[in-house]
Amino acid sequence: MSSEKKSIFSAERLQLLLGPLSKNNPVIVQVLGICSALAVTAQLKPAIVMGLSVTVVTAFSNLILSTLRNTIPNRIRIIVQLVVVAALVIVVDQLLKAYAYDVSKQLSVFVGLIITNCIIMGRIEAFALINKPFDSLIDGIANGLGYAMLLVVIAFFRELLGSGTLFGFKVIPQAFYSFGYENNGLMILPPMALIVVGCIIWVHRSKNKDLIEN
Amino acid sequence: MLIIKEMNKQGNTYTFIYSVVLVVIVATLLAIISLSLKPLQLKNISNEKRQNILSSVNISSTAAESITLYNKYITSSFIINEKGEKLEGDAFKVDIALEYKKPVSDRKLPVFVADIEGKTKYVLPVYGAGLWGAIWGFVSFNEDKNTICGTIFDHESETPGLGAKITTANFQNEFKNKKIFENDDLKSISVKKGGGAKGDYEVDAISGATITSRGVQAMLANYLSCYKQFLNSK
Repeated sequence: MSSEKKSIFSAERLQLLLGPLSKNNPVIVQVLGICSALAVTAQLKPAIVMGLSVTVVTAFSNLILSTLRNTIPNRIRIIVQLVVVAALVIVVDQLLKAYAYDVSKQLSVFVGLIITNCIIMGRIEAFALINKPFDSLIDGIANGLGYAMLLVVIAFFRELLGSGTLFGFKVIPQAFYSFGYENNGLMILPPMALIVVGCIIWVHRSKNKDLIEN
Repeated sequence: MLIIKEMNKQGNTYTFIYSVVLVVIVATLLAIISLSLKPLQLKNISNEKRQNILSSVNISSTAAESITLYNKYITSSFIINEKGEKLEGDAFKVDIALEYKKPVSDRKLPVFVADIEGKTKYVLPVYGAGLWGAIWGFVSFNEDKNTICGTIFDHESETPGLGAKITTANFQNEFKNKKIFENDDLKSISVKKGGGAKGDYEVDAISGATITSRGVQAMLANYLSCYKQFLNSK
């Protein structure tokens, strides 16, 4: 390990933070965590809470496991990771039930299923176990935010077009409905979430030509 | 500490000690967190119950105002048994899920009496099985104990987009002004497939959710029959 200290926000760390937000986004580039991205994005509020919950879990699981990385016996590596992630998810679930009961009801099983979100185990295995705690923390936060950002974008379109509301407030004026505009019921259902993700990937790749496979 | 430092980190003893210590620490932390958050969670659950009772008599409320509104509109509550005799106890604290498992004659049956602008309404809990898990709710009756004033249903794990639609206002509003007695016979409400439900004793089923819809029908028939004595007494 090198003894020279990196400045808190060196170019390398900035890259760690910004990469997952665009060119290395966990959802649209690595295609991880798609299942929950489809399930909880019918409205903005649960999508934001879910995004933040995942960010908290990735950040802390990366930090804790990176701190422990030199002590973990290799044979039970995955079990130790699971215990830490599961414990964090239970804490998040309990906190939501105590402080955001209605949202926790909407998210129902998906909070518990954060455990199975590939982003978390992926980041622990690929990053936290071979990097120092502070870098791992940044990586966890960045990947969580990359996921949260996508959820918010998808939820924005689905709630706007599917229910005509944002955060539960009506944004499409009544006059539109009088002229025959109707909410698109299909937007509420998971298939349209997949199509919205597809459209986002399309736009993203056409802006970042280097991501296009041959 | 020194012994542990010198131990082989891939060896059996180290692995064993490591996992035991890790599990004990995690379990302790989780137990502390769970215990300290319990009171808040229980408060949320009883607020939700109040909101549901209010919503069955068509009063919408937020969690924060549910206690004030509940105290304002729900004038009294009591527990009865199948024979219609009053029992001791706090109706609000009766756990319907627990009572459901008992034989009908042993069940404690709570009744909530609401006073909405001078009119008396009776709110009764119902509980039953859907497709994947439990379904439950509250049904409120007008003074005649025959005409339904409003309903609210909730579920544990029905299919989103299909069975889960029993929580929507569209489905719940269908029950309004329906009747459950034909002369003196308890007819309850049947859930009809294929649309076009007419008459006082029918509502439309949810398409694609036959078993959940039937579950609602069975739940109403089952629970209302427990209350038959009470509903029959004018």
